[in-house]
Amino acid sequence: MPEEVPVLQVDGISKSFDGVEVVSNVSLKIYSGETISILGPSGSGKSTLLRCINWLEKPDRGDVYLAGKRVGRKEDDQLMSDHELASVRTQMGMVFQSFNLWPHFTVLQNVIEAPVHVLGVSKDDAVVRGEHLLEKVGLEAKRDAYPYSLSGGQKQRVAIARALAMSPTVMLFDEPTSALDPELVGSVLQVMHDLRDSGMTMVVVSHEMRFAREAADRIVFMSDGIILEEGTPEEIFKAPKHRRTQEFVAEISR
Amino acid sequence: MNADVPRGRWEIFVETFFRQDLIDEYSGAILQGMVVTIEIAILVVLCGLALGLVLAMIRAYRVWAINVVITVFVDVLRALPPLVLILLVYFGLPLVGLNFSSFVVLWLVLTLVLAAFAEEIFWAGILSVHKGQWEAARSTGLGFSETLAYIIIPQAVRMTVAPLTNRTIAITKNTALGTVIGVSEILNQATTAQSFSGSATPLMMGAIAYIVLFIPIVALGRWIETRFAWRRA
Repeated sequence: MPEEVPVLQVDGISKSFDGVEVVSNVSLKIYSGETISILGPSGSGKSTLLRCINWLEKPDRGDVYLAGKRVGRKEDDQLMSDHELASVRTQMGMVFQSFNLWPHFTVLQNVIEAPVHVLGVSKDDAVVRGEHLLEKVGLEAKRDAYPYSLSGGQKQRVAIARALAMSPTVMLFDEPTSALDPELVGSVLQVMHDLRDSGMTMVVVSHEMRFAREAADRIVFMSDGIILEEGTPEEIFKAPKHRRTQEFVAEISR
Repeated sequence: MNADVPRGRWEIFVETFFRQDLIDEYSGAILQGMVVTIEIAILVVLCGLALGLVLAMIRAYRVWAINVVITVFVDVLRALPPLVLILLVYFGLPLVGLNFSSFVVLWLVLTLVLAAFAEEIFWAGILSVHKGQWEAARSTGLGFSETLAYIIIPQAVRMTVAPLTNRTIAITKNTALGTVIGVSEILNQATTAQSFSGSATPLMMGAIAYIVLFIPIVALGRWIETRFAWRRA
């Protein structure tokens, strides 16, 4: 069987802020339909790694490949133009900790904005698809509401629908439940579970251990900017090899 | 008028500021002045705000050389008293062969002054839109210009309505400065009538004309402020 091309390949990514290296030479392969959970203590570089994947942060070194195609730089090492980079980003949906819904748009407008202006989908088609996505995240009744009137959990589900509206090949989640009240976490995790079950490739940076344990195919444990350990949830939670991982697992399962 | 009959202060006041015969005589001229003031005001507000917004948007691209030019333009125009600029342009440009009517000079100067202040206000608005709004837009594949136009500017404009309205009203009132170069706006009509009649009544008529003109604009500004004071997500 020929070797499968990873949907997402991170190849030796490093990123520093003010001389401090936050991500050090990290490499990672993610295959189609996989859900990867990136765990690690605060400041371990997990969010920065995720943001380097779609070039919201420009990596200092290393490359990202999406379905075998280089992200951010062209074949000749030149930086991609704003337009080229934007076009690559359409294939990577991103969900943020702080939702970042556009407050001047209704829920439905948030979802159809990019399909209409980036993909050139007709407004009518975008609305039909947008309504379908809102139904999927359980918010079809809120289509004409403005973001301020939604709960955190509802906002995050709209944000997920907004990302899905571009039909991305990969979904990146940056601590999607960290800003939510505990009772609102469940609805967002449910949507993420459904998404995983539908075969979406997902990279999830989160403190949500239950999700990592139940939904992740693979867990990546990061500390101080490097990947310390990688394995199935079983391996990481039952028999962590590295001392830092053991400490982390002990800490969070207390 | 019978000088032997001592007049009360109230009569003197009315006689000075509200002489009926002068009101009848000059209301036509004051109305003409109002038309001119309204014309200039509308042109200044439309052109000044549009230019200010365009400059703020250009500045968002952060091209160093262009931003230096914009910053210098804005700072100079904010530092200069508009009257100085009006006189400089009106009496200076003909010397280099450029002849503009006093109406055009007043429009041009006030437009540039409003544009300078509006640029600073819009720019502050652009900067105050949270970084996450940019990131969310860029992550969905919107380009820089699309993000600026569809996501950032609509939010920046809503946030700046209050300072913008105040500044716009303040600068629009400067149309009265046109009188020194002979633009036949309200104050010019009033002072002309005052020197013919030797009475303060035309000046009072001018003042009332300004109030009639600007009170609705101030009220409109307040309405716009409440209309756009929407809650942030």
